[in-house]
Amino acid sequence: MSDPLIRIEGIAKRFAARDGTSSTVFENVHFGIEQGEFVCLIGHSGCGKTTILNILAGLEPASDGYVFVGGREIRGPSLDRAVIFQSHALMPWMTAFGNIAFAVTSRWPEWDRARLRDHCQKYIDLVNLTGAEKKRPAELSGGMKQRVGIARALAIQPKMMLMDEPFSALDALTRGMLQEEVLRICAETRQTAFMITHDVDEAILLADKIILMTNGPEAKIAEIVVNTLPRSRSRHTLHKEPHYYPIRNHLVDFLVSRSKQFNESLPADYDPKNPPLVSPGLSGAVPAAAAVPPRPVEKAVVVNLRH
Amino acid sequence: MKGVQYWGAPLLSVALLLAFLAIWHAATRPETGTRVVDAEYAKLVGAEAATGQKSAFPTPAEVGRKLWGHITDPFYDKGPNDKGIGIQLAFSIARVLIGYLLAALVAIPIGFLIGMSPLVYRAFDPFIQVLKPISPLAWMPLALFTLQDSGVSAIFVIFICSVWPMLINTAFGVASVRREWLNVAKTLEVGHLRRAFRVILPAAAPTIMTGMRISIGIAWLVIVAAEMLVGGTGIGYFVWNEWNNLSIANIISGILAIGLVGMVLDLSLARLTRLVTFPE
Repeated sequence: MSDPLIRIEGIAKRFAARDGTSSTVFENVHFGIEQGEFVCLIGHSGCGKTTILNILAGLEPASDGYVFVGGREIRGPSLDRAVIFQSHALMPWMTAFGNIAFAVTSRWPEWDRARLRDHCQKYIDLVNLTGAEKKRPAELSGGMKQRVGIARALAIQPKMMLMDEPFSALDALTRGMLQEEVLRICAETRQTAFMITHDVDEAILLADKIILMTNGPEAKIAEIVVNTLPRSRSRHTLHKEPHYYPIRNHLVDFLVSRSKQFNESLPADYDPKNPPLVSPGLSGAVPAAAAVPPRPVEKAVVVNLRH
Repeated sequence: MKGVQYWGAPLLSVALLLAFLAIWHAATRPETGTRVVDAEYAKLVGAEAATGQKSAFPTPAEVGRKLWGHITDPFYDKGPNDKGIGIQLAFSIARVLIGYLLAALVAIPIGFLIGMSPLVYRAFDPFIQVLKPISPLAWMPLALFTLQDSGVSAIFVIFICSVWPMLINTAFGVASVRREWLNVAKTLEVGHLRRAFRVILPAAAPTIMTGMRISIGIAWLVIVAAEMLVGGTGIGYFVWNEWNNLSIANIISGILAIGLVGMVLDLSLARLTRLVTFPE
C-alpha cells in the first residue's frame, strides 16, 4: 500500500485570456486518495473545486499535471470512476430502475435480463428506494432523485465515487438523512470516495481527510485536515466527540479568513507537493503516521503523500 | 356548476356555427321571380333559367346536400375529371405522406449530424438560411423540368417544404441536449450509437416532434397549391376543377375536407409528441 489508489500530481487549470495572457485557476495541486478512504475538498466558489472533480472524472482535461488511478494515468472518463452530479442528472425519460439499468448495462453489456434486474434491485434496496423502481424522476422528490443517482453510481461498482456537492440542492432534513446513508454505504462497501462540499459539518461527518483549498485565482491546497473522530460517528453524536469543535473551528476559521490570506503569506516551508497534514485537537501539525484516524478496517492505512 | 364548465365551450361553438349558418342563409336566400339577367337574354333562355337567386353562391342547404352526396359516395370514379372526394383526398394524403416521410428520412439524420458538431452546423447554416425562405412552389418548374413527371414533382415540392422545419428543429434539439446527460453517458463509457439512440434521441425527441408537427402543417398547406398547378388528381385539383365547373358548393365541400384532414394530421402529430415528451 505504498501507492495510493488515486494520485494527483501537479494538476493545473489555466484559461487563455483575450489579451494573450493566461489566468490560472489553480496549479500545483498534489494529493492522493487511499483505497477505502473518504476525502472531502472544501473551498470557496471559484477555487476550481468542480474543475478538479471533472478532471478526476475525465470530463475535463487538465492544463498541466497527471492523474493516476491504480498506477495508470487516466485518459478520459471511465466506469472506474462514477460521478454523482449535483443536479442528480437522471434521464427523465427513464424510470428510476431504467436509469440504474442503463448504467449497469454500460458496465456489463453481456448480462441477461434476470441478472440485470437482480443487480439493480440490490442497489435500489441499498439506497432505500424499494417500491419506487417504476417511477420516473419527475415523480420523485429531490432526495429520492439523488438516491437514484447514488444507486446508479454504486451499481457499476466503481473503484471510486466522485461527488460534486451532491446534497447542496436538498433541504436540511433530507440532506442529513442522505449523509448518514452515504456514511453507512461507504462503510459497508468500503467505497473510496471524493466529495466536494462547502458544508463544514458534512465534511466532518463523512470525510477521513479534508482538503482545504485557498481562494482562487491561483488556488492551492493549503493543508489537509485529518479527521480524528472515530469512524463510527453519527450525525446525532458528532458534536459530543471531543475533537469535534477543534476540527470544526479550524475549518470555519480557514474558510472565513485563512483561505484569503494564505496566498499572501505562504509559510516558508510550504511545499505544494506535500501540503501540511494537520489534526486539530491533537497538538498542531502531526507526522503523517500518527495522524491516521482509527479505522474499522483490518489494514492500517498509511497516509502517504510523498512520491 | 361543473356542467357549465364542461358544456359551456361546446355549446358556444354550436351557437356560433348556427349563427354563421343563419347569416349565410339570409345572405343567399333565393329571391324567386326576380329577374337577375338582362331582359333580352331572359327572353332568349326562357324565364325559368333567368330567374333565381342574385348570385351563384349556394345556400347552406345546397352545400349541405352536396356534402351529403360526397359523404355517402366518396369513392366513385367516373373518369379523370369526375372522381369522388375521398379518392381525391387519398391522392393528396398519399403525396403528402410520401414527401413528408422522405423529408423525415433525410432531415432527421442530417439534423442529428448538424446538431452534434458546431463545425458542421456553421458549414450548413448559410445553405439552410438561403433555401429555407424559398416558397416551395418556386421549385415546381425546376422539378417539372428535371423530374419530368408532375406527380413526382408534387411529391418533391412536399419534400422540400417539410424538410426545413424538421432539419432545423432536429439540429436545435440535438445541440441543446443537457450537458449533464452527455456527461453521464461519458462517465458510463457509452458508445456512440448507444448514446445517440438512448440519450440524445430521447432528449431531443420533443423538439424533433415539434418540427415534424410544423412540417406536416406546411406540407398540407402546400399540397393544395401544388395540385392546382400540376392537375390530374388530388384535393387541390378537385377544388380547381370545381372552379372551372363553377360549382361553388363543391368548392366549399373541398375546402371543408381540406380543413378536416389538416386537423386530423395535426392532432395525430400532437398525440405522437405527447408520447415522447417527458416531464422534468
